[in-house]
Amino acid sequence: MNDRNEPAIVTRELTKSYGRTLAVDRLSIEVPAGSIFGLLGPNGAGKSTVIRMLTTILPPSSGTALVAGHSITDDPVGVRKCMGYVSQMLSADGALTGYENLLLFARIYGVPKRERRSRIDEALGFMGLTEVAGNVVSSYSGGMIRRLEIAQTILHHPSVVFLDEPTIGLDPVARRHVWDKLRELRDSYRTTIFLTTHDMEEADELCDRIAIMQSGRMAVSGEPLELKKLAGTDSLDEVFIHFAGESGEKSATYREIIQTRRTAQRLG
Amino acid sequence: MKSSRPDARRNGLADPSGALSFARVTVSIIAVELSKLRRDPSELVTRSVQPALWLLVFGQVFGRLHAVPTGNVDYFTFLTPGILAQSVLFIAIFYGISVIWERDLGILQKLLASPAQRSALVLGKALSAGIRALAQGIIIYLLALAMHVPLNFSPLALVGVVAAILLGAALFSTFSLMVACVVKTRERFMGIGQVLTMPLFFASNAIYPITIMPEWLKLTAHLNPLTYEVDLLRTLMIRGGSSSFGVGTDLAVLSVTLLLLVLVTAKLYPSIIR
Repeated sequence: MNDRNEPAIVTRELTKSYGRTLAVDRLSIEVPAGSIFGLLGPNGAGKSTVIRMLTTILPPSSGTALVAGHSITDDPVGVRKCMGYVSQMLSADGALTGYENLLLFARIYGVPKRERRSRIDEALGFMGLTEVAGNVVSSYSGGMIRRLEIAQTILHHPSVVFLDEPTIGLDPVARRHVWDKLRELRDSYRTTIFLTTHDMEEADELCDRIAIMQSGRMAVSGEPLELKKLAGTDSLDEVFIHFAGESGEKSATYREIIQTRRTAQRLG
Repeated sequence: MKSSRPDARRNGLADPSGALSFARVTVSIIAVELSKLRRDPSELVTRSVQPALWLLVFGQVFGRLHAVPTGNVDYFTFLTPGILAQSVLFIAIFYGISVIWERDLGILQKLLASPAQRSALVLGKALSAGIRALAQGIIIYLLALAMHVPLNFSPLALVGVVAAILLGAALFSTFSLMVACVVKTRERFMGIGQVLTMPLFFASNAIYPITIMPEWLKLTAHLNPLTYEVDLLRTLMIRGGSSSFGVGTDLAVLSVTLLLLVLVTAKLYPSIIR
């Protein structure tokens, strides 16, 4: 296990290019262990590409990163063992019950048989889903599905959890509930949480540190308060516009937009 | 929440690269499929309409012609294993769409970000198609019984038929998953699925023997895995059935093809989400 004071995530000149377009351009960031880190930026700035590289489902074009001490390029299986991933889309299986969804991931992550029941019960309790565990997921609300998806990723007690737009499409109450759970996850398990978001309120209230990306590059990073001072404003919206400008919008792909809308629709 | 556990992170998880983990992941993917089928078995019923039509309509009418040389059995008996193989093919060949569906839902991303071996994810999917195909097998056995087909009920033959169905369904569904990884979208996949199904079916010994085929088709039929699937089923299902290639050859061709397809598809699997 890596040292307590070692950062949970370090990226070194992490780069992804598709043909001539640079989706992510030499990104170097550090995320302290046991903190909540938010990656911000307009659509198409490269946030999702970063998360997909860090979760090892997309190989970088150059550069590398360490997640919980494992290199994403040399030891992807080592990375996968100690992290959890909640994608932007609704990934819980609607045809299964909440319990079955968790059982699948307990097995996939190799939780020993005698511990499966207790870990699943623990995750259900933690996410406030114990009462609905036996119901089919298609009957869940958007917020419940999100919490189930987070439950799926913490069964193996990962040291890092990645979330791509965790509260997109959720109503304010469900959104706050998810935030509370993520804070609890950080505080009681010292899990490092890495998330992407467009939601400035989310970044401001939830994240210990944020980085703003613009056209594949990092525009700025720091604590929300620091950045507000830097931009000379008390609104993170202003900070975002100050550092990200307004030009990134056009580069989001059609498929990304469809996925975002579809997720929002299914949750709403 | 319970007290924090400073090093609760790596506690006693199984090594994901071992053979045991491979089997566990494969089985858990099949278990998911079983839960879904148990909850909504309607698909199994609608799926049985097509083979019933082939047997009861096509089989009955063609049998009257006595035009197809089927050796020492009547045409209906000859056709039954062929239609079972056809059902296996039809179920399996469109199975790849499930992986496109799971990609669009985001389920696949999560599985690929887990330490599960990709080949185990592929084989689990492949054998799930086998489970569906087994249900077809039961329906075709019932139809054949009603039509007085001389079925072989020796335990060894039945075990062999189950193995043949699982093997055949796994093979064609892995092929289908491979195609899905290459074409990536539903629309293109459906188009290609349609194009593949009929040639595979007609260039095989499912509804007529290879001996009556023109030379070019004979060659194609010998390269078609479905031919070996049909031969295996025809040998095992029918009382006094005899094999054209030998059960050993059939099993070897099907197993080796499956193994190669699983290895290739496991390599391609992550590319579907890019």
